Amino acid sequence: MLDVQGLTVKFPSRHGDFTAIEDVSIRVAPGEIHGLVGESGAGKSTIGAAIIGLLQPPGYVAAGTMTLGDTDLRKLTPDQAHEMRGDRISMIFQDPQTSLNPLMTIEDQLIETIQAHFDVSTSKARKRAVDLLEEIGIKDAASRIGAYPHQFSGGMRQRVVIALALCTDPELIIADEPTTALDVAVQSQVLDLIRRLADTRGIGFILITHDIGVIAQITDNVTVLRGGRVMETGPTAQVLGAPDHPYTRALMAAVPRLDRKLDRFLVPADDAPVVPDARGVDAEAWLLDGVQEGGLGLQVRDLTVRFAGTRTSLFRKPEPYVALDDVSLHVRPGSVMGLVGESGSGKSTLAKAISGLISPASGTMQLGDTDLPYGKARGRAHPSRRLIQMVFQDPYSSLNARHRIGDILAEPLALYGLETDKARRRALAIGMLELVEMDPGVIDRYPHQFSGGQRQRIAVARALLARPRFLICDEPTSALDVSIQAQVLNLLKDLQAKFNLTILFISHNLAVVRQMADDVAVLQSGRLVETKTSEPFFQAPDAEYSQTLLSLTPAMPY
Amino acid sequence: MLARFWDSDAVWAFRHSPAAIVAFIVAVLILGGALFAPWLAQSNPYDLTTFSLIDGLLPPVWEEGSDRRFLLGTDDQGRDMVSAILFGARLSLLIGLMAMLIATVLGVGLGLAAGYYGGRFDAIVMRIADVQLALPAILTALLIDGIARGLLPPSSHENLRIVVLTLAIALSLWVNFARTARASTFVERNKEYVQAAMIMGQHPLRVMFWHILPNILGPLLVIMTVDLASAILLEATLSFLGIGLPADSPSLGTLIRIGMQFLLSGEWWILWVPTLFLVALVVSINILGDFLRDVFNPRLR
Repeated sequence: MLDVQGLTVKFPSRHGDFTAIEDVSIRVAPGEIHGLVGESGAGKSTIGAAIIGLLQPPGYVAAGTMTLGDTDLRKLTPDQAHEMRGDRISMIFQDPQTSLNPLMTIEDQLIETIQAHFDVSTSKARKRAVDLLEEIGIKDAASRIGAYPHQFSGGMRQRVVIALALCTDPELIIADEPTTALDVAVQSQVLDLIRRLADTRGIGFILITHDIGVIAQITDNVTVLRGGRVMETGPTAQVLGAPDHPYTRALMAAVPRLDRKLDRFLVPADDAPVVPDARGVDAEAWLLDGVQEGGLGLQVRDLTVRFAGTRTSLFRKPEPYVALDDVSLHVRPGSVMGLVGESGSGKSTLAKAISGLISPASGTMQLGDTDLPYGKARGRAHPSRRLIQMVFQDPYSSLNARHRIGDILAEPLALYGLETDKARRRALAIGMLELVEMDPGVIDRYPHQFSGGQRQRIAVARALLARPRFLICDEPTSALDVSIQAQVLNLLKDLQAKFNLTILFISHNLAVVRQMADDVAVLQSGRLVETKTSEPFFQAPDAEYSQTLLSLTPAMPY
Repeated sequence: MLARFWDSDAVWAFRHSPAAIVAFIVAVLILGGALFAPWLAQSNPYDLTTFSLIDGLLPPVWEEGSDRRFLLGTDDQGRDMVSAILFGARLSLLIGLMAMLIATVLGVGLGLAAGYYGGRFDAIVMRIADVQLALPAILTALLIDGIARGLLPPSSHENLRIVVLTLAIALSLWVNFARTARASTFVERNKEYVQAAMIMGQHPLRVMFWHILPNILGPLLVIMTVDLASAILLEATLSFLGIGLPADSPSLGTLIRIGMQFLLSGEWWILWVPTLFLVALVVSINILGDFLRDVFNPRLR
């Protein structure tokens, strides 16, 4: 059905043409789900955009053929291409928040799309819209169709987006990261729906994703991309199960396994760890000097956090929103506690309460033997300001873009008065860079010159230079590619072992938590559902919710 | 270092934007002319003893009946237009720059604090800003002028005209800076690098000025250029209406006011020459401001 041969896409720039896609060939048969997998910058989305004819200018197709059935996609005039989009090829985007118009009801959006392609009356279009919603599993569609997008949940919205793509009976649907913004429970429903549509309607899908679990779960064939080139292509079971290409093998080795715990991830040899020289050894000794007693445990008792709700009346106080409800948690000294839960379950709220960014309503927090005062009541000079450090999710915003790496790293040293000598601070910063396996020569660069993984290493280095006893890692790898994630997780494991750190490791990814944690705590809408030692938890969780979470996470059968 | 500067994206964009280059040249010429006015101008327009009424109302050199000593003609007092404009631009630019800088310091400081602390402080600052926006600059100028006259001895009034004018303009411009700084601070405040600084227990002033301020400089720079143009125009407006500088130490606005009297009597150059000069100055600054906005705002690229 779809046949792409030798596709090459270029982007002209002031330094000559940049080749984003080179010689990529893909075939998709009716009813086939074809996965495009690769890390960021691999050109996955660019291929989708080239097929549907919506390349971001100034990008252009430099070579290759693209045919859909008998139609040569490259020979279409802009008007014909516009006709074909939606009619024969549809697209599903990542974020259902932004791909629906918030000011139009679902009904209006569906009817508008149907009438744009078929000359039918509004009542017939409405009938068709209701049928479509029923088909994709929205119950009671006839009455809910008048709702606005914000009245639907994220998963429901993504279903509506799929219904919009189905309006015109397309032959091919390009789904660009359709489940990345969704929680696992919703993700598995949406993936089931895509599989069903491919089977019953014979629609060909191109599924673009960075998540190998998703690829393993529903695709028939897969193409592995790197730097705009095809590394390997073939039936999913063969490519993932017995990869030919070294890159695919490395990629598979880096995927965190849900079914067993690995001591370390195997990372490709070209990323061999930098052996620390004298400066690294010096920094290590300095850090060990400060944390010789090891990490401190954290005891949280009956912690409740409330946020102000939306005001409904001028005269009544708004009902508070309970973000954390009576949470009690014990993180053992020198251990890693994995905190899991879906979005909105209160994971980050707990981290913020512990670090003093927000004030809880009630409950106690103890670090070692000292009580932690609430939020603003915790003074700037309180010892826990240094003892508790945090590594954030987004390495692109957690480092100040206007400061040099050396200044960023030296900041905790100066702030906490750990080292008064400026030259000594710089030497320690250099040594620390070595400890996180980075080239010390980069000390005078700015953060934008680094990749996400390197920035996350810098963020870890900054946290450690405060000589913390308790480290909070809030989704430290969820913004990273899988191979980079493996390296950063390896690094965190090594540092934890070396300095005997206590870590609260927050993640929505159960497979990652299995690799990292000694204990696991599960949060569900602000309540602690279960706390258990890691290995028994993953073999047999007690709470029903934990069992559901585990069963919904895409398992890697290969 | 110089080669890297020449090769940076901002300079590259500049080299490929003819409008920005022309505007830059015009702005530099005017700025240079104003800066070096005492050496460039052939006469001192503030010194009444140097001109003679016999030279009054001479047209520019390309018109009939002109005098080669006065390139762009003279006004009714026999004042050389070139010298008057150079010295006028000097005053206009001085007041504009000072007002813009005062407005920047005031607005950015208040805006940063409002965005950082939020809540009641934010509400109070922004309501004051709203009130300020409801007062026309001319009223602010009259108010400050009135207060200054009431408080200070009469002998110092004339010397204070420039200060009063500058403060009045600064007061009507700071709101732009405060609003922009506050909005950008709101965005930056929730970024993780700021949270990291807060968790570490850094002093709020350090978080504001060391961490946040460098990250919101881009939009502020753009406002600074645009508001420099506004400040110069405001000064011209106030002087034109008679609240600004007096006729014996003319700024561009004062020169335009004087020129108005001759608009219908045939001596067009007395009005048109300073007006066109002011337009060229303001337009070139605005083009440069737009160019900076495009370079600093990746969303528009």
